[in-house]
Amino acid sequence: MNGVITPQVWQIAVAYVFVVILLIIVRKRGISREKEILIGTLRMTLQLILAGYVLLFLFDNVHPVLTIVTVILMETFAIYNTIKRVKTKLSASIKKIIAFSMILGTLFSLVFFIVVVLGVAPWYDPRYFIPIAGMLIGNSMTGISLGVSRLVDGMRSQRHVIEAALMLGATPKTAAKKYVNAAFDAAILPTINSMVGMGIVFLPGMMTGQILSGTSPVTAIEYQIVIMLGILGSVTLTVIMFVQLAYKSFFNAQQQLVMDEENE
Amino acid sequence: MFDFKDVKYKNIIHISKLTIEAQKVTFVVGESGSGKTTLLRLINKMISPDSGDIYYRGESLSSIDSVKLRRSVVMLPQSPVIFEGSIKDNLLIGLAFSEKPAVSDDELINMLKRVNLNKPLGESAANLSGGEKQRVALGRVLLMDPDVLLLDEPSSALDEETEKLIFDTLAAYTRSNGKTLICVTHSKQAAASYADRIIEMTSNSTEEAVS
Repeated sequence: MNGVITPQVWQIAVAYVFVVILLIIVRKRGISREKEILIGTLRMTLQLILAGYVLLFLFDNVHPVLTIVTVILMETFAIYNTIKRVKTKLSASIKKIIAFSMILGTLFSLVFFIVVVLGVAPWYDPRYFIPIAGMLIGNSMTGISLGVSRLVDGMRSQRHVIEAALMLGATPKTAAKKYVNAAFDAAILPTINSMVGMGIVFLPGMMTGQILSGTSPVTAIEYQIVIMLGILGSVTLTVIMFVQLAYKSFFNAQQQLVMDEENE
Repeated sequence: MFDFKDVKYKNIIHISKLTIEAQKVTFVVGESGSGKTTLLRLINKMISPDSGDIYYRGESLSSIDSVKLRRSVVMLPQSPVIFEGSIKDNLLIGLAFSEKPAVSDDELINMLKRVNLNKPLGESAANLSGGEKQRVALGRVLLMDPDVLLLDEPSSALDEETEKLIFDTLAAYTRSNGKTLICVTHSKQAAASYADRIIEMTSNSTEEAVS
């Protein structure tokens, strides 16, 4: 860890000059975004300070219950955030499917990652469990948000095409296939794109953080590769579960398209 | 073939008793809002009645698998839906949806002649006019060769001459193949010339049959 620079409080304060620059620009150009910029900066600062202390506490008090409670809180926040982020109105059953897919998809990948890939012992070691959970849950949240919007908008705007297919004897699965596939594709594309540019255009945040704090770039890269694959797995599982369950909620037991009341 | 018993659907339809016979050409007429399209959707099981029952060959629709039913009782909606791809893709998609084998190009060309559409199979279907799309959609359901054809205003975008040709084709097809045709139309004249039976829907939601 020789030569690692730990930023002092005054150094961090100086970095806020960029916020001031941004504020001056939007003010001069008459773009009314000052409030959001200030709130964003403040929330980023407070949330990270809080997260730092929470992590410090968790690292000092290693206990499976604390790790599990933290992950439950992260999942809850991610599910809430997904539902809030999607602009279209969602039915109660779609919301339940979002929660179910998020929990199952991320937890399965997380356990696989911690136990099989990294072999962390004890499994609940918060130094590994919490940051990796954050990466998987955060990325799955982004993926599923895209998938939800795409599927719900697609099913609603193309309902006459789906109905026409049903009238011709198509099963609901066949009638909805195109929109289910489009939603899945839209949801996984950002993850695939980020893998394409990784290491060339930009160094990912986690890797940058590790390198700055003194870890060998080779170790940082090894972690980054497995983390990326973990993210890919988690996003894939979460989204495929969501689209497979969600399209069915648009049909009733009589294989009729139901979009009135709840779904409209 | 279809028996309605005390069928109610929202405020749109209230049919205490109605029988639609097999192997007949039945026309459904009536002012807009009288529930003509809803009647077809009930028969095709796109919707189910709020109360009462509809029987198909003696069996309640509610106990028949919807997908299986729709493969023998096919409905053509009023605004024809054109799927991505060529005219050929659009003709074949009904067979694909109902998991029936595709047919040869010769049969497709023959079908285009029957629906009076002089276009190459490979042409993009998206660029067709409203009337041409309507005929592609009609060809698509005829290729499926269902037992019952439900047509919702199949001639709404056609000129008089083409309308006559299409109804000639449909009536001949139904009668020579022992099929059942139920057709909603605004044209009382067409109904009078082709129908074995005319059902008139009225907006107070009861039906009366005029033979």
